[in-house]
Amino acid sequence: MAEVSQDSGGGHKKGGGKPKGKKHSTHIDMTPMVDLAFLLLTFFMLATSMNKPKTMEIVMPDDKVKPKDQTELAKDRAMTLLLGPSDKLFYYYGLPKKGEAPQLERTDYSPDGLRKILQERRTWLRNDASLKVEDRELFCIIKPTGKSKYKNLVNIFDEMNIGHIKFYAVVDITPSEEDAVYQNK
Amino acid sequence: MPKIKLPRKSPRLDMTPMVDLAFLLVTFFMLTTKFKADEPVVVDTPPSISNLDAPDDSFIVVTVSPKGQVFLNTDNKKRRLELISAIDEAKGLKLTDKEKNAFAVISTFGVPFDKLKWFLGLEPEQRSKYVQPGIPTDTTTNPSNELSTWVHTARQHFIEDKLVVKGDRESDYEAFHKVVKTFTNNNAHRFNLVTNMKRDE
Repeated sequence: MAEVSQDSGGGHKKGGGKPKGKKHSTHIDMTPMVDLAFLLLTFFMLATSMNKPKTMEIVMPDDKVKPKDQTELAKDRAMTLLLGPSDKLFYYYGLPKKGEAPQLERTDYSPDGLRKILQERRTWLRNDASLKVEDRELFCIIKPTGKSKYKNLVNIFDEMNIGHIKFYAVVDITPSEEDAVYQNK
Repeated sequence: MPKIKLPRKSPRLDMTPMVDLAFLLVTFFMLTTKFKADEPVVVDTPPSISNLDAPDDSFIVVTVSPKGQVFLNTDNKKRRLELISAIDEAKGLKLTDKEKNAFAVISTFGVPFDKLKWFLGLEPEQRSKYVQPGIPTDTTTNPSNELSTWVHTARQHFIEDKLVVKGDRESDYEAFHKVVKTFTNNNAHRFNLVTNMKRDE
C-alpha cells in the first residue's frame, strides 16, 4: 500500500525525538480506487475503436463533355466488365457494337478469376508490336447493373489498383448489355 | 510439539505503481476515445485494400443504407448550423432558431424537406424513435432530387469540402449510382468512398 507520510520534519519538538502520540497507521486502503480505475480502464478499452475507417478516392468522368470532344478508344485496349446481380461478373474484349448483344465470358471476383484475366490481357497488350505504343495500355470499362451490389464495385476498384490499371471508368450499362447479363444465368 | 513461530510479515504490497499505470491508461483511453454518434442506420462498409485515412474534418458524408436510403451529415456543429441556415433560406422552410439548433445537434439524418420542420420540432427521444425515410434522391437536377439541393447548397458554402460516400456493402448499385450522378451533376467529380481495411489474403 502507498504510504502517506504525515510526519514532515518534526525535529523541533523534543530535541529530534519523535512525538509520542498514538501511532496511527498511515496506510490508506486504495482498493476501491483501484477497482474504479480498472473498471474505467476496461470500459474505455472496449469502447475505443482502434481501426480508423479508410477511404478510396475515385474520379468520375464528366458527362457533359460532347461526344466529338472525346478521344476515341482503340478497339484492342478496351475491356468491358459487366457486374451482374448476386455476385456475377462478366467481361468481353473490344468495343460494344450498337444494339448488338456482346459475347460474354463469365468470371468471378476471386484472385484466380478477374485478377488473372486482367493480368494476362495487360501483358498481352504490352507485348503486341502491331499496336501503337499509346494503345498498349488496358482500358477497363466498368458497367454495373442496377442490381449489382456496392461491394462488387469496390471490389473492382480494388482489382484496378492491384493490377495497376490506370485507365478505367464507370459507364452506364446499355439495354442490350443488360439483357445479355440477365439472360446469362 | 513446539509451535513454529512464523515471522509476522504484512501481506500488503505496494500497489502504487500499478495504480499509476492504471490511471495513465484510463487517461489515455479517455482522451483518445471518440464516441460514435447516434446513427439512424447501421452501415457495414465494404472491405478494400485502400490505405488512405478518412478525412477528419471538412467533409460532407452521404450514407447509403442497405435498403438504398440516403442520409447526409457534415462534420461539426457549427457547420451543420451554417448548412441548415442556408437550406432554410434556399427552400423557405421558415425554421426557428430552436429548430436550427436541433439540426446542429443531431448527426446523420435522412428526412425529406416537407417533413424537416416537423422532425426538428420533435423531442430528442421521439426523434430517435422515428424511422427516417432517407433523403429523396434520383439522377436528375430537378427539385425532386432533394439530395442535389443539399449537395449544391453545401458546396456553395463549403467549397473546400471533401465529398465522402459511405455505402453499405449490400446496398444496390442503383442507389449508389443516384448519389454519384447527383455529385457529377453538381460538378463534383472527385470523391471518396469509405472502406474497411482488408487484411492481406
